[in-house]
Formats: sequence, structure tokens, C-alpha cells
Amino acid sequence: MTDATANVMLGNVIAATPKKRIKIKGSVVVMTVYLLFLLLPIYWLLTMSLKTNTEILNEFTLWPRDLTFANYAKILTDPSWYTGYINSMIYVTLNTVISLSVALPAAYAFSRYRFMGDNQLFFWLLTNRMAPPAVFALPFFQLYSSIGLFDTHIAVALAHCLFNVPLAVWILEGFMRGVPKEIDETAYIDGYSFGRFFVKIFTPLIASGIGVAAFFCFMFSWVELLLSRTLTTVDAKPISAIMTRTQGAAGIDWGVLAAAGVLTIIPGALVIYFVRNYIAKGFALGRV
Amino acid sequence: MEKTLNHKAWFLVLPVILLVAFSAVIPLMTVVNYSVQDTFGQNKFFWVGLEWFEEMLHSERMWDALGRQLMFSAIILSIQIPLGVFVALNMPKSGFWSSFCLVMMSLPLLIPWNVVGTIWQIFGRVDIGLLGYTLDAMGISYNYTQDTFAAWVTIIIMDVWHWTSLVALLAFAGLKSIPDAFYQAAKIDQASRWAIFRYIELPKMMGVLMIAILLRFMDSFMIYTEPFVVTGGGPGNATTLLSIDLVKMALGQFDLGPAAAFSIMYYLVILIISWVFYTVMTNLEKKGGLSDD
Repeated sequence: MTDATANVMLGNVIAATPKKRIKIKGSVVVMTVYLLFLLLPIYWLLTMSLKTNTEILNEFTLWPRDLTFANYAKILTDPSWYTGYINSMIYVTLNTVISLSVALPAAYAFSRYRFMGDNQLFFWLLTNRMAPPAVFALPFFQLYSSIGLFDTHIAVALAHCLFNVPLAVWILEGFMRGVPKEIDETAYIDGYSFGRFFVKIFTPLIASGIGVAAFFCFMFSWVELLLSRTLTTVDAKPISAIMTRTQGAAGIDWGVLAAAGVLTIIPGALVIYFVRNYIAKGFALGRV
Repeated sequence: MEKTLNHKAWFLVLPVILLVAFSAVIPLMTVVNYSVQDTFGQNKFFWVGLEWFEEMLHSERMWDALGRQLMFSAIILSIQIPLGVFVALNMPKSGFWSSFCLVMMSLPLLIPWNVVGTIWQIFGRVDIGLLGYTLDAMGISYNYTQDTFAAWVTIIIMDVWHWTSLVALLAFAGLKSIPDAFYQAAKIDQASRWAIFRYIELPKMMGVLMIAILLRFMDSFMIYTEPFVVTGGGPGNATTLLSIDLVKMALGQFDLGPAAAFSIMYYLVILIISWVFYTVMTNLEKKGGLSDD
């Protein structure tokens, strides 16, 4: 699907040419309007983070008049702020590693074999993706308190497995189905053991699928707040929970709040940039 | 693909089962446990049977929250699905601008949900927000903390802003998988733009669209953080959706029994509706509604 073929087709059908041109313009307008709609609120947050509180509250300006980085400086120099980012990063990474390492063999089993109760099991896994975190908040709190894991990174990572493991299995199964089974069989005939085949031959073949699954685990663990806030108090408190305390006695510190918000967008933006070529396929869970 | 029968495959699934059993079954059992007991504190529990369930079934509060929740999900699905498809049809198919649109559109999806709430809370404020200030300057009275209608409009626009891109990206992936030959055949038949959409693009997108509808339904039905940050469930109870109500009941008032019964019914509703979607989806997949089968 290239623009070149479209152009050739345009050339062939002369009568349709003017109509086509208008349509192309139309799609540019649609995309511009849509992207503006998406970016305007983010832009507003960004400009606010670069303003002083006096400017935010007292005059209405479309861009910062007194450009200041003080809000960012406050966050990046105060440990009670920046440890939030470190905490979030730790449990997100832990969660991604755990989710992928259990989901890989399971997805392989679902994509290759029929076994007793496989369909039921698959649906049961998916039901956990549908479980409202609000239902689980209190039981999780009690469960992790009783086994002494409350306020640790691993507790949040395990709790997020509730929705990330089923999703990872679902995505990986989609990608694995695209790999012909003959590859497995040839490898076994050539004397590969299952483990060696899986690591040496199969994993490279579904590398993009693993990337996509990791991206999704990262994403859903990173954006979740209810469970991570319920399961932590100090030591593993995520940045998004720390943000809520900008509301002090003297009102809300809007500048710092906006700066913290902008800083939470950056990791996501970086990750998107690296996986941009797989995003569309990934969102289709490998099923395109 | 033909699958071999192999019961040993259970060993490959075992780690997942153990992990999910730990993080889902044990907590769920706790909930079931609470739902059939009452407590007077100090960890003394009494068996009450299905009393809490009966109480919740007759509770106007739960039915109201369920009604609001259904309305919310219905509204956002009916906006996001057509809008997402429309945006996908207008996206550049390849090259720099295609990647550019993909990256920009994914941006809202990766913002922590309470930051999404914060962004819209700020954006809609009449004193410091661009949207609120502009509307106010135009003479439209808009106050999402006081006015029910404004509150609803705000959380719906916020959700459209947050999630339409997911639908668009899915639809885009479906569109990209359509071979060029289909379009050339349509050209020869002199098919209209609408006919191309109706008979080529839409059927080919059906599979991914079902995923989109399933994901959007599930996620919208358990939405908590974003509306909570923006409206806190108010004004009054106007935007108290199911999860907000549940958290209020369980963690706020610590009414464990009713909250647990509520949880179970809430979960069951999601399960039943999702099961219907899932069955439709797998049937579509079997019929070859998805492009690669």
C-alpha cells in the first residue's frame, strides 16, 4: 500500500482527479483537527509547568511570559519527589519481567497444543483482565499485609500481574500463531531440545511480539494508580500517588503539579518512539 | 493452524495458573468470604448467607450507579468506535507522517490515569484552564464541579480524548492488512467510496474492531481514576460510576459485607457482557473474519 500506486491510479482515472485531490485535503484537515484536539490539553499542561504560580493564577497567558524551570528543579532535587519516579520504574520493570516470563510458555502452549480445558482456561485468564481493580483493592491490601509484602515494589508488581499476564498471553498467542508449525517440527527432527529450540529459534522469530507485549505490560503498569496507591505508603509509593500531595495548606501548587505531570508523560513518549513501527500491529494484539 | 493434542502442555501453562491463582483467586475468595458474613469489629464474623446480596439488589444506590455506568459506557462506545474508524480512514498510510500520527496518537494512552484526570481538571477550570476560560469568555456557563451536565460532558470528552486513539490504531492496523488488489478490483467495478468502505474495509476491520469494542467496554466499565480526579463523583452523585461507588463503600466507609456483595455482582455483569463479546469474536475468527486466517 503505497502513495505511488495511488498516484498511478489517479493518473489513470482523469475524471476522478479533482475529486481525489479534495479528498486528500480533507484527510489532512481531519488529522490536523484530531491531533490538535489530542495535543492541546497536553500543551496546556506543559506551558503551565513553565510558568510561575503568580502568572498561572493572576493572568491568563497562552505561553509562559516569565519562563521558569523552578518547578522542575524542585521535583528533581527533592528526594521525596524523585524517588516516586524510581519506585514506579522499579515495579513497572519487575512486573514486565515477571509477566513475560510466565506468559511466554503459556502462550506457546495455547498456540500449539490442544489440551484438556484449554478454551475454558484461556477465557478464565481473560476474565482477570476484566476484573475491576476496585474490586481487588481491599483484598490485595489484606493479602499483601498478611504476608509482609505491604509497601514493597514486588507487591505492586505482583498485583499488576492480575491484568498484565492475561494480556501478555493474549498478545503473544496472536503473534505465535503466525509462526508456521513446520519450524517447530523441523527443529525437533534436527535434535533440538524444547528449551534450546525455544530460546535459539522461536524467540527470535517472535521478537517483535515480545516487544509489543513488553510495551503493553509497561504501559498498563505505568498508568495504573488505584492498586499501586493502595499497596504502598512510603517506600514504594509511585510518582502518580505523590502528585496528589501538591494540595497544601496554601492551596494547590499548580506549577509543580503540572511539572510532575509532564515528567510522567516522558517515559511513555520515549517508549512509544522506540516501538513506533509495531504500535499498530501491537494494538491489534498481533491479530492482523 | 491444526493443533496437536498434548496434555503435557499443562506444564507450560502451570506458572501462569499459579501466579494468577495467587493474585486473583485468593483475593476473590476473600471477597466471597466477606459477602456472606457480617462483622462487629475485632475480627468477629457471623454467617449471614445471602443477606448482603438481597440488600444490594434492593439498594437504589447500586442501581443508580449501574445505570450511570451503563450510560457512560454506551455513550463513549458510540462516540469512540465511529470516530476511531473515521480517523483511521484519514490517516496517512505510510512514510514519515504515518509514524508521526502514530506516535502523537499513542501519547494520551501512556499518560498515568490520574495525570489524565489532572490534565482535564486543569484544562476545564474557568480561572486557569484554556477550555474553561475560553468557554467562559464566550459567555457559555460551564462549571464541571457544580453543573451535572457540564460534569458529564467533561468526563465524556476526557475519555474520548484518552481512548479514541486506541480504536483508531486498531482500525488502522486492520486497514493496513488489506491487500492492494482489493482496491484495484473495486476500482475496476467502479465502486463508490461508501461501497469500498462497506464491502471491503469494514468486513476486513471487523476482527480488530471486535477487540476494540471488547477492550473499550471492559475498561470503560471499570473506570475509576480519571473521573474521580476530575469530579470526585460529583456534583452530588451525578458522576459516581460503579468503581467510584465501590471504593467509597469499601475503603471509605469500610462496609465490607455490602461492598463485597456489590463487587461480586459488578464482576459478574462485566463477565457476562464480555463473554458475549468474546463468543461473537471467536466465532468471527473461525469464520475467517480476520484477515490472516
